[in-house]
Amino acid sequence: MKFLVIDHVSHTYFTRQSAVTALEDVSLAIEEGEFVSFLGPSGCGKTTLLSIIAALIKPTEGTILLEGNKIDSMNPSVGYMLQQDYLFPWKTIEENIFLGLKIIGIDTNEAKQKALNLLSEIGLKGVEKHYPHQLSGGMRQRAALVRTLAVNPKILLLDEPFSALDYQTKLKLEELVWKTLKDYNKTALLVTHDIGEAIVMSDRIFLFDARPGRIVHTFIIPEELRSLSPFAARQHPRFSELFQSIWKELDQLEKNR
Amino acid sequence: MKRTDSDIQLLHEQYLASLQKEKRFVRFFQLLIFLIFFLVWEVASKQQWIDPLLFSSPSNIWELLTEKLADGSLLSHVGVTLFETLLGFVLGTLLGTLLAAALWWFPRLSKVADPYLVVLNAMPKVALGPILIVALGPGFTSIIAMGAIISIIITTIVVYTSFKEVDANYVKVLKTFGANRWQCFIGAILPASFPTIISTLKVNVGLSWVGVIVGEFLVSKQGLGYMIIYGFQVFNFTLVLLSLLLIAALATVMYQAVGYIEKKLIKNR
Repeated sequence: MKFLVIDHVSHTYFTRQSAVTALEDVSLAIEEGEFVSFLGPSGCGKTTLLSIIAALIKPTEGTILLEGNKIDSMNPSVGYMLQQDYLFPWKTIEENIFLGLKIIGIDTNEAKQKALNLLSEIGLKGVEKHYPHQLSGGMRQRAALVRTLAVNPKILLLDEPFSALDYQTKLKLEELVWKTLKDYNKTALLVTHDIGEAIVMSDRIFLFDARPGRIVHTFIIPEELRSLSPFAARQHPRFSELFQSIWKELDQLEKNR
Repeated sequence: MKRTDSDIQLLHEQYLASLQKEKRFVRFFQLLIFLIFFLVWEVASKQQWIDPLLFSSPSNIWELLTEKLADGSLLSHVGVTLFETLLGFVLGTLLGTLLAAALWWFPRLSKVADPYLVVLNAMPKVALGPILIVALGPGFTSIIAMGAIISIIITTIVVYTSFKEVDANYVKVLKTFGANRWQCFIGAILPASFPTIISTLKVNVGLSWVGVIVGEFLVSKQGLGYMIIYGFQVFNFTLVLLSLLLIAALATVMYQAVGYIEKKLIKNR
């Protein structure tokens, strides 16, 4: 049985002026522990698909199955990380990372301690009592990752979580997130428009085309890149090779439009 | 040449000293204006440049103040007005915020209520005074109602707007953890709107004073508003001016208190 199954999902947004099909007949399956990326131009429905998996919106058609169970209500087994950290400015870092535990009602001392351990593991020891504005962008995004992981989700949805960071911070954070997710054997789904990021982070890349959003190509990342950490993978000769072929594919999509 | 630490420390001290100097300068002139105002008023009144019957004089007002303090009548008037204003202010803000919450909770209600809110907001609330007094009786209740009613609608409109403008992504974060509507409201919408609520508090301080003073004009039993209307009727303008100065002082204290709450509540933004 596949871990996550997206089965013939379509979604249409209605406005007064028009009906826009954001996703058309998207089907895919993800194994447990796999890291996949959705890559594509803006408007290809990547974020819509994530929102559907997180049950934030209901698809017009199709179903999502997590471990064989239909997802149709918001569910703590799906963790969601946004483009920006959205740490609550009036809460301390500690209160922020306990947020999910509290909402679900599992804020036991043990769970809290786990979250604090994760915080120090991720290099944020000693900021528990700080407020978000006292932290840098990269630190805040790391705290947001801890907040998401604290409730121990089965699958992690990453919606361009590095796009608001400067390049250096972004590389460091890719490394950290990749390692953390591998250590905890988490299944993850990354939405990005950064080809390099998709290659170094994932096991598989789904290439999306826009209007309507649909999968046009699947790239399987070769084993030698998969085993490398993101930073090391960027140096590998196969990296630029793959980069070129994805680039060409994307370029072709744009020309055909 | 490389600056040493002691050089930098010296420069920092100079900078701090200049800040201090600037602050003293501003304070000095604020105080000066205050003193000159009362001095000129006193002299002008004594020299009959202005009609002392109409404009009284600081010394006369002071005399009246000590006299009224001594016989205890002033404190009871001040107490009554302060009580009514505080209660009107708290009620107005609380009910306004509650109404805003209701509008947020039921989006349909807000659509339906929209034109009514506009009309209620545009209407001068003090015009309701006579009706309130007839309905609630000439006393505390109707005056407090005046103090509250004058700020409810504007609070509702401002706070509701701020509820709607809270970044939807905060709610999204909570929803991904499976939060229900109540948890979204308490966890994101309300705390994110605190700065707006506080700033409506500041406006409401002024509004509640208006409501209560007008209420006291109409009921004419006790309080600072009564003192003004009474002084006006017996042509004792020393009494009118004393009440006015007291109102100004009390309103300032209330405003400062709200400022203090603001600092405490939103220190970490």
